[in-house]
Amino acid sequence: MDFKDYYETLGLERGATQDEVKRAYRKLARKFHPDVNKEPGAEEKFKEAGEAYEVLKDPEKRAAYDQLGANWQAGQDFRAPPDWNDGFEFSGGGYTEANEEDFSDFFETLFGRARAQGARQQSSRQFHAHGQDHYARITIDLKDAYEGATRTISLQAPEVDASGHVTLKTRSIRVNIPKGVTEGKHIRLAGQGTPGIGQGKPGDLYLEINFRDDGHYTAEGRDVYFDLPITPWEAAMGGKVKAPTPNGVVELKIPQNAHAGQKLRLKGRGIPGKSAGDLYAVLQIAVPPAKTDEDRKLYEQMARQMKFDPRAKLGV
Amino acid sequence: MAKQTAKVVSGEVVEVVSLAELCRSCGVRAEWVVELVEEGILEPEGAAPARWRFSSVSITRVRTAWRLQHDLGVNKAGIAVALNLIDEREALNQLVRRLKHASID
Repeated sequence: MDFKDYYETLGLERGATQDEVKRAYRKLARKFHPDVNKEPGAEEKFKEAGEAYEVLKDPEKRAAYDQLGANWQAGQDFRAPPDWNDGFEFSGGGYTEANEEDFSDFFETLFGRARAQGARQQSSRQFHAHGQDHYARITIDLKDAYEGATRTISLQAPEVDASGHVTLKTRSIRVNIPKGVTEGKHIRLAGQGTPGIGQGKPGDLYLEINFRDDGHYTAEGRDVYFDLPITPWEAAMGGKVKAPTPNGVVELKIPQNAHAGQKLRLKGRGIPGKSAGDLYAVLQIAVPPAKTDEDRKLYEQMARQMKFDPRAKLGV
Repeated sequence: MAKQTAKVVSGEVVEVVSLAELCRSCGVRAEWVVELVEEGILEPEGAAPARWRFSSVSITRVRTAWRLQHDLGVNKAGIAVALNLIDEREALNQLVRRLKHASID
């Protein structure tokens, strides 16, 4: 197991005051909070900062941790010395409201895990209680929303074992993705949350829908957009071109003198539903490169003949 | 160990949720959700709390709001500002993605 330098995590010297610990943590928490920072790795940094703060903000835990000595390097193979915390008394387990299942093995070795009855809100201790609802985000393909699909998803959830330890348990469920779901919508799987207590009903599982970025289609609600490249002559003269759509190839009519960025609507070809969305082809004009002398001559002829100045409005 | 479930589970698409369902799905107290409504962070249809119907996007908003308060100590007004900015950023990111696709080589 790797040694974790909690001071380094928070960017602090070992002698930092409690106020400095708090300030350093607050700053990192705001910067890397997964709701605020969508960069990959942000959530990891947020959790690491939380773990470091959990130890350093608590004078008891900090003193015990400091006692391990300053000679350890982050990442060094670590085994807790026997009796390392002799003489330290952790009041109430020393747990606060943090999500202890996010903490590392290193933390667990030193401070153990919270008991099930510990920090988590276990207010409903009656005999019969509704199981907790669960929530997860899943990523599906846009095609799944058009056609419906069956997908296997893996979920991790903390579970309390017989000895009261919290462990992460993985389970797989095969889920029917109904046709017509849109991004941000939730699918409810009745009874797939935490089992109820006594005669209480089990909780439900909510899945929030997310579309995979396929580099081609983007969805806004039920409307779907994609870019359609056309040639300058197709743009100028109009005509029919073939276009791919999530549910098959269609023939699209380009109007005369079409311009880049122009949206052509394919009514009802967005995500299906009671009122189906529309599909928009956004025109992009691709300019053919002049590869041969003949090509160049053609461009020269256009330049002479067309008197076209796209910069006229810029006053140059 | 992890148990494998082979049978296919069918779900329903949640369009709207009641106050009770919203609280249960997010693990928060009703009073707190009422405060979010008073702050204008959530805008349910319906006149009284018992009749409120929230769009299912509210589930994500309440969860984010709770994390902002719990993890960062943001108050209600701050949550409202943060959620607006997060929404705005999402919309801009989507636009950027669309425009990125548009660059033809």
